[in-house]
Amino acid sequence: MALLQISEPGMSTQPHQHRLAVGIDLGTTNSLVATVRNSIAVCLNDETGSAMLPSVVRYLADGSVEIGSRAQAAQTRDPRNTIVSVKRFMGRGVGDVAHVESMPYDFVDAPGMVRLRTVQGTKSPVEISAEILRALRLRADASLGGALTGAVITVPAYFDDAQRQATKDAAELAGLNVLRLLNEPTAAAIAYGLENASEGVYAVYDLGGGTFDISILKLTRGVFEVLSTSGDAALGGDDFDQRLYCWVIDRAHIAPPCDEDVRRLLMKAREAKEVLSRYDEAPIVAKLSSGEQVDLTISRAEFDQITRPLVSKTLAPVRKALRDAELKPEDIKGVVMVGGATRMPQVQRAVGEYFGQEPLTNLDPDKVVALGAAMQANVLAGNRSADDWLLLDVIPLSLGLETMGGLVEKVILRNSTIPVARGQEFTTFKDGQTAMAFHVLQGERELVSDCRSLARFELRGIPPMVAGAARIRVTFQVDADGLLSVSARELSSGVEASVIVKPSYGLSDQEVAEMLKSGFEHASDDMKRRALREQQVEAERLLEATEQALAADGELLDHAATGRIERAVTELARLVKDGSLDELKQAVGSLSRATEDFAAARMNKGIRSALAGQKIDQLEV
Amino acid sequence: MAVTLSERAAKHVSNFISKRGKGVGIRLGVRTSGCSGMAYKLEFADEALDEDLVFESHGVKVLVDPKSLPYLDGTELDFVREGLNEGFQFNNPNVKDACGCGESFNV
Repeated sequence: MALLQISEPGMSTQPHQHRLAVGIDLGTTNSLVATVRNSIAVCLNDETGSAMLPSVVRYLADGSVEIGSRAQAAQTRDPRNTIVSVKRFMGRGVGDVAHVESMPYDFVDAPGMVRLRTVQGTKSPVEISAEILRALRLRADASLGGALTGAVITVPAYFDDAQRQATKDAAELAGLNVLRLLNEPTAAAIAYGLENASEGVYAVYDLGGGTFDISILKLTRGVFEVLSTSGDAALGGDDFDQRLYCWVIDRAHIAPPCDEDVRRLLMKAREAKEVLSRYDEAPIVAKLSSGEQVDLTISRAEFDQITRPLVSKTLAPVRKALRDAELKPEDIKGVVMVGGATRMPQVQRAVGEYFGQEPLTNLDPDKVVALGAAMQANVLAGNRSADDWLLLDVIPLSLGLETMGGLVEKVILRNSTIPVARGQEFTTFKDGQTAMAFHVLQGERELVSDCRSLARFELRGIPPMVAGAARIRVTFQVDADGLLSVSARELSSGVEASVIVKPSYGLSDQEVAEMLKSGFEHASDDMKRRALREQQVEAERLLEATEQALAADGELLDHAATGRIERAVTELARLVKDGSLDELKQAVGSLSRATEDFAAARMNKGIRSALAGQKIDQLEV
Repeated sequence: MAVTLSERAAKHVSNFISKRGKGVGIRLGVRTSGCSGMAYKLEFADEALDEDLVFESHGVKVLVDPKSLPYLDGTELDFVREGLNEGFQFNNPNVKDACGCGESFNV
């Protein structure tokens, strides 16, 4: 017997037509799944009534896999096969992972992405994440009483192509149809209904268990654009527990406890922290295995004081994000709080004071990202009319191609809304050129060496033509998930080549932001370098053309003229590698002048040979 | 002639309406479609139409259009939980046979 849900007026679906779609918050510490039921987004609970699934996977020797709190419980017992925070490894090489040496895992440096050796063999972060996603999918299937149409999965705004692709791969491995990947701050903003609010700039302050992210979003015509992101990959609610734990050790005058007592006291600290979000003081009572008794009471004021450095530590990235977006706190229209740690009153107060306004806190900060993703999934699955609400994202870094001289020609500019397709025409550089190599790049800088290489491919079979005659149309296409495919087509013959970007994994967290910043900082520098490279390319082209002309029609020149041209050629050839822009311009100019008469002579010769033996009235003019 | 809500269903409906922020009640109806003839309609109601028949059950307004009423007379809408799944169920005495899943039915 199917159970029915209440629809919006006039939106009742045909029997069996209601499409079940979920939103998934695949978090570093915890993951959640949510859906829209009776027009309201709700998180789906497991059998014990808990919505949060700890993002922990344990591989057992008997071939079974534990996910969630059971795996978490085994963490200290079986650290090597119990993988926590796998999200940090998604789409990363060993070199990109911070503090590899302090982690208990047996890393294998595989090409592309790091792998972990477990009792069940080598596992990639994609496979491990897929276990978490599969557990959530099974929970959704059981809760919704039917098969899922699809899922929207959230990723941090700073995730690059490689990390997004890895997330998508994990979802597919888990048997999920990915409707779209959605930026976490965007999902939180949707949950608060901000896309229906007036246009403006919003801040999303996300203090999770172990990570802190701040994102500045700009809303225009229902489209969220990520203006800037910043954060701290090693700062979260756990650090507050740790601070409180140290306070307990200090106050109770106890010796450094054993592992078990550390865990017990940390748990007590966490409980006290949660109590202090609601009450003015909290008891911390524990009996240690050494027989010592801890019996303390902490007031909210004391807790505020010992955690003040942590709270202020979050404000540094906030300032940086605002600076990157060239905004001031008063430009922010609303502040969305995400992550369980934002329940702490001192955090809310500090954020409120900084922005000069009360942050939005009325939704559960642990669930807000999943709820927003569920609302987006409901629209994408077709349960609401599409024109009602179509959310777009933007690409974070420009995408382009390498052109002659190591320059980058941008095809899709950053902040273009996706999905997007842009085409541009290129041509051949040499006579009779039959192949062309394409180098796809990501970044804001002008030179290839300063941008990030994404892919290379070749177009072969271009019919031989003089330089500049071939027309090659290159199309860049970015799908709704921010993934790129590039194709090239020679228009006269129709030969084609394409590549789906299997991004070269390994761009670190801050690098996207840094690449953006360096693009701005080096703008004028880059402009000069671009001008120089362009002049160098022009010089090379001219040298080559002159050489060919001399070889073909050298006999048209007298001795003196040949000498003049050859001197100009030598001078230009000397400067082409390391001459300044002005020197090059001059040398290019003098070679052009020296060859003017020669060019005219060649032209005349060409016309004479074309006209030879023809009557004037037979010419088609 | 009447259509009613179970107490549990009424509690959930009023809860959903208050979370949704608007609505005068719920609308129950039938449509001709589905694999077995008729399909239920279950929607929030933002306004009552002139022709609507209005029943009140545990404080919740239930709106039914006159053409649907013969198919629904005597129905009690219940809210049930099956494992992790939960939702509404029509206990309709007029039903002769239903498709396996119960989403559509015949009178």
